[in-house]
Amino acid sequence: MALAGLFLLMFLPVHLIINLMLLKSDPVPFNRAAHFMATFPVVKIVEIALIAAILIHISWGIFLQIQNWLARPVGYAGGNKSETSFFSRFMIWTGASVLTFLVLHFFNFYFIKLGLVPGDPENFYSVAHNLFKISAYNYIYLICFVLLGLHLFHAFSSAFQTLGLNHRIWTPVVKVFALIYSILIPAGFAYISLTLWLFR
Amino acid sequence: MKLTLKIWRQKNAKAKGDFVTYQMDDVSPEMAFLEMLDALNKRLVEEDKEPVAFDHDCREGICGSCGMYINGHPHGPLPGLTTCHLSMRHFRDGDVIWIEPWRAKPFPVIRDLIVDRSAFDKIQVAGGFVSVNTGSAPEANSNLIRKHDSDAAFDSAICIGCGACVAACKNASAMLFVSAKISQFALLPQGRVEAVDRVRAMVAKMDEAGFGNCSNTGACEAECPKHIKLANIARLNREYFKAY
Repeated sequence: MALAGLFLLMFLPVHLIINLMLLKSDPVPFNRAAHFMATFPVVKIVEIALIAAILIHISWGIFLQIQNWLARPVGYAGGNKSETSFFSRFMIWTGASVLTFLVLHFFNFYFIKLGLVPGDPENFYSVAHNLFKISAYNYIYLICFVLLGLHLFHAFSSAFQTLGLNHRIWTPVVKVFALIYSILIPAGFAYISLTLWLFR
Repeated sequence: MKLTLKIWRQKNAKAKGDFVTYQMDDVSPEMAFLEMLDALNKRLVEEDKEPVAFDHDCREGICGSCGMYINGHPHGPLPGLTTCHLSMRHFRDGDVIWIEPWRAKPFPVIRDLIVDRSAFDKIQVAGGFVSVNTGSAPEANSNLIRKHDSDAAFDSAICIGCGACVAACKNASAMLFVSAKISQFALLPQGRVEAVDRVRAMVAKMDEAGFGNCSNTGACEAECPKHIKLANIARLNREYFKAY
């Protein structure tokens, strides 16, 4: 699960860089990048690995969470007040929110590319621009990316710990990097949404 | 001090338990928490009622028996203490104190605040030992061990197996306990000989007992009365990967 999660973490900056091309008034660079991502053979292999990582991460996460719930059938009446990193307690729920968005995202883009949903796969630029004109879509988009940031904040350093990579000096560095990553990546996506929604 | 105690009462493992409220009007701040419970039990016996059953033995913070969940924390709200070291001066007049047993499927309640922690014993029996002949003390001393490693092994070995890590973890995971028991041997040459078999057997037994999975929330480390560190869990993971 940690390995699949780290693989997904590597994909997000690539996705963000391509999405930033949506801010250009010229649709050609974005559509060219989208076309390249859809057709280049090496990317196709990475895409299969990406889908596999998503499925493994989600199914394994749900399986582990069910085991965790079963391990404590009776809760505490006095509550659980142990000091923990706050967002680590809600990983299944922030993850479920991101999954909900992912389904929506697949319907809007990936399924068009696969031909499962009607739309023009050669002009994702206008598909994206039309979606960002819808206020409700922007609300969902922004909320999901805030939740993704909260998910990433714990996920990043947690993945290292799960892989046994704990170090007196480097673990605090990883935690700082996790904080920066979990703010910058969602902020980048949110910036695109807000710009196209409010200023175009 | 006047206190209101809300204590989990349960006749046996199969009975349905519930909280019972007790008023304590003459609690001294000088009392230890367990002494306060002793005073309650004395009163209950005098009133011809069943005393509250709770585990205790050394009352010196080293046996790990006196685990109970107090106001949302294993062993009470102070860090680095077992329940027997918890003093009543840390509570205020008029406080309501919730006292519950550890809650985890592998730790079933036997009676009132006592849980069956034999799942820990089974994990320990599965591999928490050195069975090769390590010789006598002079031979052991001929093995040169880095001070840092021997200190780290000792820091892991001071785990008293009280179960606070399981009680605190939202997933009821036993990873901190198992990782401490793995680490105390993994860091020493005598323990390396059986490291692979040990980690396989202990993790398998932990999973078989039905403990939850570690999601690295850090609650176990925050509540451990012996300050066992999360770095042990990372070491356990490394040992586990190396074993396969």
